[in-house]
Amino acid sequence: MNAASRLNDKLVRFLWSVASLPARGMEPVMAGLQRALGVGRLPWVFLLPNLTIIAMFSALPVLINILYSITGSDNLYPGDRHFVGLSNYETLLSCESYLDPSTCSRDLFWRAVRNTLVFVPIQVTVMVAFALGTALALNRKIRARGFFRGIFFFPVMLSPVVVAMTWVWLLQRDGALNGMIGAIGFDRVSWLTDSARAFKWSIFVTVWAHMGFYMIILLAGLQSIPADIYEAAKMDRATPWRVFRRITLPLLKPVLLVVFILAVIRSVQTFDEIYILTGGGPGSATKLIVHYIYETGFAVMPRNYGLAAAASLLLGLVLFIFTAIQMRLSKGGRND
Amino acid sequence: MTGNVLPSTLLKFRLVLRGAFALAIAVWLSGVARAQEITVQHIDADVKVLTDKFMKEHPGTKVNFRLVSYQSILESLPVQLGSGQGPDVSMVGDWGGLSRYYLDLRPYVDAGYFEREFGSVLVPMRGMDRKGNAINGMSGSMTLNGAFVNLTLFKQAREPLPKSGATWDDWAAAAVRVAKATRTEIPMEMDRSGHRFASLAISYGAKLVDDEGYPVIDEGLKTAIRTFVDWHRNGTMPMDLWGAVGGATHRDNFQDFMNGKVVFYFGGSWALFKMDSAVGELFEWAVVDAPCGISSCTVMPGGGAMVAFKHTKQPRLAAQFIAFLAREDNMREAMGRHTNIPVATTLVKTGVDYPGTSERVREALASFTRQVPKIPKDAYAFQGWRFQRAAMNSMTTRISQVLSNELDVDTAAAFIKKDVLLAIQAAKR
Amino acid sequence: MTEANRRLTTAASPAWAFMARKHGGTRADWTDWVTYGYLLLGTAVMLVPVLWVVISSFKSEGNLTQFPPTLWPEAIESLEVKGYNRPLPLFKVTREDGSVVTLAQVRRVGIEAQMVVPEHPEAGLVVVPVERTQAIRKFYIATENYTKLLDSAGGQIWSSIYNSVFIALVATLITLVMNSMAAFALSKYRFAGSNFALLAILATLMVPPTVVLVPIYLIVSELGLVNNLWGVILPVISTPTGVFLLRQYMLTIPDELLEAARMDHASEWRIFWRVVLPLSTPALAVVGIFSIMSRWNEFLLPLIVLNKPEVYTLQIALAGYTDENGIVYGMLLAMTTLTALPLALVFIFLQRYITTGIASTGIK
Repeated sequence: MNAASRLNDKLVRFLWSVASLPARGMEPVMAGLQRALGVGRLPWVFLLPNLTIIAMFSALPVLINILYSITGSDNLYPGDRHFVGLSNYETLLSCESYLDPSTCSRDLFWRAVRNTLVFVPIQVTVMVAFALGTALALNRKIRARGFFRGIFFFPVMLSPVVVAMTWVWLLQRDGALNGMIGAIGFDRVSWLTDSARAFKWSIFVTVWAHMGFYMIILLAGLQSIPADIYEAAKMDRATPWRVFRRITLPLLKPVLLVVFILAVIRSVQTFDEIYILTGGGPGSATKLIVHYIYETGFAVMPRNYGLAAAASLLLGLVLFIFTAIQMRLSKGGRND
Repeated sequence: MTGNVLPSTLLKFRLVLRGAFALAIAVWLSGVARAQEITVQHIDADVKVLTDKFMKEHPGTKVNFRLVSYQSILESLPVQLGSGQGPDVSMVGDWGGLSRYYLDLRPYVDAGYFEREFGSVLVPMRGMDRKGNAINGMSGSMTLNGAFVNLTLFKQAREPLPKSGATWDDWAAAAVRVAKATRTEIPMEMDRSGHRFASLAISYGAKLVDDEGYPVIDEGLKTAIRTFVDWHRNGTMPMDLWGAVGGATHRDNFQDFMNGKVVFYFGGSWALFKMDSAVGELFEWAVVDAPCGISSCTVMPGGGAMVAFKHTKQPRLAAQFIAFLAREDNMREAMGRHTNIPVATTLVKTGVDYPGTSERVREALASFTRQVPKIPKDAYAFQGWRFQRAAMNSMTTRISQVLSNELDVDTAAAFIKKDVLLAIQAAKR
Repeated sequence: MTEANRRLTTAASPAWAFMARKHGGTRADWTDWVTYGYLLLGTAVMLVPVLWVVISSFKSEGNLTQFPPTLWPEAIESLEVKGYNRPLPLFKVTREDGSVVTLAQVRRVGIEAQMVVPEHPEAGLVVVPVERTQAIRKFYIATENYTKLLDSAGGQIWSSIYNSVFIALVATLITLVMNSMAAFALSKYRFAGSNFALLAILATLMVPPTVVLVPIYLIVSELGLVNNLWGVILPVISTPTGVFLLRQYMLTIPDELLEAARMDHASEWRIFWRVVLPLSTPALAVVGIFSIMSRWNEFLLPLIVLNKPEVYTLQIALAGYTDENGIVYGMLLAMTTLTALPLALVFIFLQRYITTGIASTGIK
């Protein structure tokens, strides 16, 4: 036990004694409740704070969202809004041709949907591929593994604002990236003012920021594969690729599935980094669905809460389906 | 026992009576105190000088001054007014947007004076009610869009300065030539704001809004958009401003101009008060008359107006305060502290002194003031439109889409109309 | 590997030998080189952008607007010249006859620069074409970016820091208490409806705040908590993953301990507080760290709920950072660095907790 962990212990003990004071105060209250309700019903008292918050900030909002989506006017208070039936949904979903957003009643909504439908598969695939590759690299017997693991994980700790600011600074017309390519003789490129380039950079930046998270999960999964299986494969003189395909991948499948689902759910909700990196531009090239919801409900004047709510519910539906898939698949995959 | 109970009950009863009496007096007194008290809010701390002066001239009144941010005026104030609350008097930025809450001051003030001095701005303050004659407030000073030119660069390039009456195209071409000759990064720049673009649009004949308050898409607007897009395609204007949005990374146009990186910058008169400290003697600059389009040479007006609200409990006092602000000496005093442009007819005619500013800034202000009478009715109509903000947001979004090749000009124009119509529909109560 | 080669590699460079030797001492083959190559490249890609921001935050304004950007912070040498109230930057100027002289620059616009001879300013201004000038640079660390930032705008940044810290700490505290209570109930008791409760808590994973932005704003507004830090704290203190993690951990605490305490007539609350919680410290640490991380980095909810500059969190303030003169890049970069710093420190010291926490989330 070195000095650091001794200090750590003392700190924990001190914090604990401070925290215990209100707990001790609560004790008579809780003991009284216990007597009144009996041990059988006491768990509900423990659950109460959590359930209250959930009711207020998860369940109730969904119901209110439904209410918003079927009412109109720019008033915030549902009582002041008037019933419009499904016209918000109609406005959102009506298109002459679903292939061309410009023919749609709410063309920016469809552009956001299309952008999201393109963004998510590409971003998730690239990110999981790199996460897997890095996890495989870190799983080998290499030196300074802890250091490398930390390096790849560390952008996850950065806030989306910091991530976006960092890359904006690098990608500016007068930024370091242009400086570097200028040094090898190429012209300056405006990285973020071209639609295709801005889109690719959005993918790159979000992968850069979040890959480490999934890498850790995959690494844990890899490390749970017993080493003797690899030993056996080595004795059979199997090539690394064969080992990967026949042994690693199948054993990693459950974890890989979890990673994919988590990545998709998070990717669909991408907003923060891209909002600051490109603001949804140029034009609407990098505007994703959450940005559309935010803009419709909070950024334009007058605010269109009805449309924003309708769009949110549709998004929620999609996410619900995905989570349901996850639950179904993980239940099916469990061996117990 | 009864002997002891009766006196104590009586005592209690007397105490209660005394208490009630005191309470009644307190309530009456506070009522009296409230009778002459209003709350005034503004974004400029200097207004407190005026509220203090008013209280001195009207003893027995109380004017509470509240300093707020511009954002809170744009966002919190409408919400407060919507629930019947808020200050008695406030500065407003969105003249026509909140007109339904304004108090008509006509019964309480010298109507003739107000109409003479503030005639042109009273119209947008009436919002949708174009034909009415309500006097909703005053605007001591306004801001204007304006064209800032770097004279030193023109001199270095040996390029003659286009004269008053020159068109946007003349200026664009001249700016490109100067930029090339002096190796300046950017020939021309315009703030990424629908308000600035509206100046360009109206100059090209766009009407923007009709008498019923519905958006108008006409050839003028389309020509303006086309011209604007062409400037971006041929390098006159930089793409990374209107062509891309970047949250906190947007180009700070004023900084560009300040650093001598732009030849011609179309911004606003509020920048003047920074010019002396920021530019100083670095280069020579001037504010030129607005370039002309097809039909006019427009600069959009802006700025805050001072209004009183219908929900106030002290309409007479509120109106008195506004009349006080509208008094010539007070207007002069307020204006002298900032580099804003006078609106009141008398001040425009006689000019205002701006102590502590450089010669160049004063010349610029004079140049702005000269352009005030030339502001066309369409500009005021747009400024006073309830859905001006929706229209301006839509313009920046759609034009940026044209610049990044998502839409063509005709579709973009149609979409601007669609966006505003949607906003109008969404706001129907 | 031949004897000669081995001697070569181990003698040539200790680093090389370090890398070539693996754990266990077996030889390096091509997959190892590929691995190391990938890891080193990855390190560069991950680290360099952030390091670049940190380095840039120490550059002066003039240095920041230069293109191409200099690698290290530099500034132009300057000199106090009589008759001018600020030090003038020094340039090497090539005259028409080819000789080079050092002049002090008064101003520079377009293609012309106005200079004076530093020793004889009274001789007047010399106009020099810009292409014949070259700045005399020196290494210079612009700590004023930080000092001005921490000092400016009436302590605006301090209020943002305070707001972020307040939200992170208070939210984490409440989260820990609430979630451990719920986890305790769900792990140590069998009661009717326990499955329902667990499902309800996990179901909130399907309702991320981004989907219910508008109603959350309404509820927060009805509670009177717009522009109030509690409006950002309350909506997100019930974290399903937190409850899940704690529950999994608490399940491993043997029930006998609780039985023993019950036989000593301890109330359930006492058991919770004195027996279960202390034993759950590792899980609490993980949940706590994650909570601090999420609250510190949160952006969208504060963006909507907090509209006044006094209540901005550090992230919101950073995203909209301008001062009276527009964007000052030096201070913006300094602010970015400062915003990233706390969690970077948390990371360096508490890496293990974080990584084990994430690993166990995945392996559920």
